[in-house]
Amino acid sequence: MDGVALLTIFILSIFVGFEVVSKVSTVLHTPLMSGANAIHGIVLIGGITVTGSATHPLEITLGVIATLLGAINLVGGFVVTDRMLEMFKPKKPVARSDDGGGE
Amino acid sequence: MTPTWVQLANLLAAVLFIFALKGLSSPKSARNGNLLGAAGALLATVVLFISGIPLANILLILAAVLIGSAIGWISARKVQMTQMPQLVALFNGVGGGAAALVAVIEYLEVGGENKISLAATVFTVVIGSVSFSGSIITFLKLQELMTSRPVIIPAGKWVTMLVAALTVIGAVWLVISPQVWLLAALLVLSLIFGMLFVLPVGGADVPIVISLLNAFTGLSVAASGYVLGNVLLIIAGTLVGASGTLLTKEMAKAMGRPITSTLFGAFNGTTAGNTSTGGDRPVRSGGPNDVAIMLGFANKVILVPGYGLAVAQAQGTLRELADLLTARGVEVDYAIHPVAGRMPGHMNVLLAEASVPYEQLKEMDEINPEFASTDVVLVVGANDVVNPAARTDKSAPIYGMPILNVDQAQQVVFLKRSMRPGFAGIENEILYDQKTMLLFGDAKDSLNKVVSSLKNL
Repeated sequence: MDGVALLTIFILSIFVGFEVVSKVSTVLHTPLMSGANAIHGIVLIGGITVTGSATHPLEITLGVIATLLGAINLVGGFVVTDRMLEMFKPKKPVARSDDGGGE
Repeated sequence: MTPTWVQLANLLAAVLFIFALKGLSSPKSARNGNLLGAAGALLATVVLFISGIPLANILLILAAVLIGSAIGWISARKVQMTQMPQLVALFNGVGGGAAALVAVIEYLEVGGENKISLAATVFTVVIGSVSFSGSIITFLKLQELMTSRPVIIPAGKWVTMLVAALTVIGAVWLVISPQVWLLAALLVLSLIFGMLFVLPVGGADVPIVISLLNAFTGLSVAASGYVLGNVLLIIAGTLVGASGTLLTKEMAKAMGRPITSTLFGAFNGTTAGNTSTGGDRPVRSGGPNDVAIMLGFANKVILVPGYGLAVAQAQGTLRELADLLTARGVEVDYAIHPVAGRMPGHMNVLLAEASVPYEQLKEMDEINPEFASTDVVLVVGANDVVNPAARTDKSAPIYGMPILNVDQAQQVVFLKRSMRPGFAGIENEILYDQKTMLLFGDAKDSLNKVVSSLKNL
């Protein structure tokens, strides 16, 4: 794809990025940051791609490290965000009755 | 050329990422939103493997993906909720590092013929490395492996400016005359700049910096997508870069911090510094019984939980105390500062974990008018978020941050481990006030004692 098409996608994505999070309550700042953090873990795709075409040992080594780091970011990011959010799962007022008292 | 169906699958993944961010902006849809994002990531990864695009070193790649996924999964499951902010910082850092490495490898493989692509490579390496080393420093600060206060290097302002200037010159030079040693030097310079950028940041500004570095990583991933000609990376990275920038601004607003002071703190050398160390000023301390009596015979009590509560894992005990008081007919509310804990929304997560009813959690704007008509405020392990210095002392690093007005209540009880100041390192005048009583000790311990005294009332 040529540069202008990529630039178009880039510019439009900026607007979408601003738009989707324009109204967010303070309570969700941290989960949202964490979720966005997970999404940029998609750099894993880039790590896999460059390692897949690497030939020199140095390139392969760096590529494997990049892939490893990308996978940590991607998987860890989504899992930790899910953990933050499972606290918010809908709970009926039944929670009032003693259910073991936490930890 | 990438097959059309693969491109379409990537488009679907990009749409899922947009839905993910949209979903995460509202409490009802947040969890599903996150799952949609994960589905998009899984889709894109699986499709890449089965697309038929030739991949050399496939076994090494698979091993790296599996091991990385396992490390990410396990650390995310095992981490204590109190330590979650630093884990997010760490994940962000490794993402930035991955983007920088991808760009370096692409340069080694392809070289620097195309100048625009080379500029994108240089951008990815610089921003990715800054995000990597900066995030590692925030991790060390939050994990308290190093001081959480601003670190001031002698002549740090000039050193930072010098490194920044060298980085820019190196970047431009590299684009003009591509050489591998220059790329390596640029990598090192960027890593150093990332550290210098974050070291002078302390206390309340740390979460804002994590959010900012998160946006940085997003942008570097987008640039790496340009280098590789990968549309999905461009979209995903840009989405994070844009939404992360907005989020950083919102966070700074919630904490009353001018974003420029966070951003350019390293250059201005604006620092917390001179905290009046109170030394041996007299304070009024009491025992668990005194506290139980104050609370038990009050009409209206407001609980202010802070990070110290989370550290002591005392959320459950605090809830027990609140239930006891409610049973005695005392009106009880929790006052949640936007940044109670270590990050916006952190305390809500921790209290939800202890099954505190959501409707008892009152946000700052809602609860602040209530303090004047409150008999007793119980502050558990919080300090900076109730420090009136934020209103009065222009030299305080938290000046301008909206606080909970606990000083307006009739009486204030602090459960504290010691007289040590809070995360931002500033003395709190309320502690020395006549109407304040201090109960020293571990938050969980103290709360337990208060609870049992209360039962015997």
